[in-house]
Amino acid sequence: MIKLKAENISVIYHTLDGETEAIKNLSLEVEEGEFICLVGPSGCGKSTFLNVVAGLIKPSKGKVYIDNEEITKPSNKIGYMFQKDHLFEWRTIYKNIILGLEIQNKLNDENLKKLEYMLDKYGLLSFKNYYPRQLSGGMRQRAALIRTLALNPDILLLDEPLTALDYQTRLVVADDIYKIIKNEGKTVIMVTHDISEAISLSDRVVILSKRPAQIKNILKINFSIKDRTPIKVREAPEFKDYFNIIWKELDIHVE
Amino acid sequence: MLNEAKVFSKEHEIYIKSVKRKKMLIFFTQISILIIFFALWEILAKFKIIDPFLVSQPSRMIKFLIKLYNNGELFKHIFVTCYETIIGFVLGTVIGTIIAIILWWWDFLSKVLEPYLVVLNALPKIALGPIIVFWVGNGKTAIIIIALMISLIVTIISVHTGFKEVDEDKIKLLKTFGASKFQILKYVVLPSSVPTIISALKINVGLSWVGVIVGEFLVAKEGLGFLIIFGGQVAQLDMVMLSIIILSIAAYLMYAFVASLEDKFLGWKN
Ligand SMILES: Nc1ncnc2c1ncn2[C@@H]1O[C@H](COP(=O)(O)OP(=O)(O)OP(=O)(O)O)[C@@H](O)[C@H]1O
Ligand SMILES: [Mg+2]
Repeated sequence: MIKLKAENISVIYHTLDGETEAIKNLSLEVEEGEFICLVGPSGCGKSTFLNVVAGLIKPSKGKVYIDNEEITKPSNKIGYMFQKDHLFEWRTIYKNIILGLEIQNKLNDENLKKLEYMLDKYGLLSFKNYYPRQLSGGMRQRAALIRTLALNPDILLLDEPLTALDYQTRLVVADDIYKIIKNEGKTVIMVTHDISEAISLSDRVVILSKRPAQIKNILKINFSIKDRTPIKVREAPEFKDYFNIIWKELDIHVE
Repeated sequence: MLNEAKVFSKEHEIYIKSVKRKKMLIFFTQISILIIFFALWEILAKFKIIDPFLVSQPSRMIKFLIKLYNNGELFKHIFVTCYETIIGFVLGTVIGTIIAIILWWWDFLSKVLEPYLVVLNALPKIALGPIIVFWVGNGKTAIIIIALMISLIVTIISVHTGFKEVDEDKIKLLKTFGASKFQILKYVVLPSSVPTIISALKINVGLSWVGVIVGEFLVAKEGLGFLIIFGGQVAQLDMVMLSIIILSIAAYLMYAFVASLEDKFLGWKN
């Protein structure tokens, strides 16, 4: 079933100095439960695309549908996780993760119990009364994820959610996040600069061109191994091939 | 701090002790300076090395203090001035913050008003004193309004600037939760501006004292500012000096109170 459909999206930013064409005629369909990674050169329009899907920016042209309904403003079927965790420094971790529920007036026992469970599962239960600055980068990222999942969105938009982490933590958190997301049957669009990360997590990798973003290629990722996890597939024989294809498509030069 | 049970090494204990000792030393030196200052003042005046008619003398000031206390006027004057200052200060902060919120809400309005605010901010508000006295009459109201005006514009400008500096992405995050504009104000804009508001408060305390004392110079029949200007006119330097010292103590206490709000509301910072 098609969960999300972006149809002929174009975005032009206007400033007094001129206009910037960020996305040009981009169409994408995402199946329910699918994990999609967007890769593309810096500044090509990836975050812009997520903002459009989230209903935060109106596209100049084109439409976004979720479950066949057009999106015009932020929908609570979508959870958006930014590059920075944006935990509120003045709230404790617990207060931070209930933020969305508080705003939507959904602070009931059932939701709170679920949060308690997630806090426990992701190793944050004993830190729930700490302030964000007392936590490590990985813990903060997990807290931000719980805050997003607390509202039980069907679709997750993740904008380079792991870049703040060091390499090892990043692998572990990616593994965590992957399990959580797959367990809950979420549909995901994730932006990343890390080709290996994209391959290890995705069902499909969407490769974007330089600005204005257009789809250059979509690569289906299949591994022959059983019980796929992000760390395990890095050992798989196909991994290197996918890496090379994406590397070539991205056509990265350092000038 | 992480709440772990703590067992310190010997070295750490020595370190803590030395920090404490240093703190004590600083405190005693501060007190000594005060005592020496007043003692010197007293002695020099006593032996007529400095003229007590021009600079007064601590013992005379104490005599005057007791006199003032006995005829029941001491606390009246202190109370009047503190009352005016606190009202002016609270009004300046509250009204200033409310106007800043209105400007944040209607960006168009804030753009329109910007040059006017800049002009009002540059204008020495004291210059408006006589007009205010003319409008609302000789009395406490005029003084409070002068104090209010001095702190109001600064509050509006600094708090509004604080509001505008709130991280756009945090606002975006709330929008993805479906937050209304009011919720954005309540959950992000106000709480993340608390440090700005508190530093505005700290500035306002000082400004309100200036406003009140100048106001009392202009119109008052009571209050510390009145004592200062009256004492000057009748060549009673004891009265002037004593009032200034009481004023310093009151101003310090009020500042200390505001600074303690900082610890209370910004606990998450430490
Ligand atoms: N609010 C804005 N106003 C004007 N131009 C903008 C705005 N936001 C982004 N742009 C421009 O649009 C282009 C795409 O930006 P976007 O943030 O979507 O890129 P990105 O692919 O996410 O980049 P990165 O990988 O570095 O995060 C950039 O050239 C940027 O300068
Ligand atoms: Mg980006």
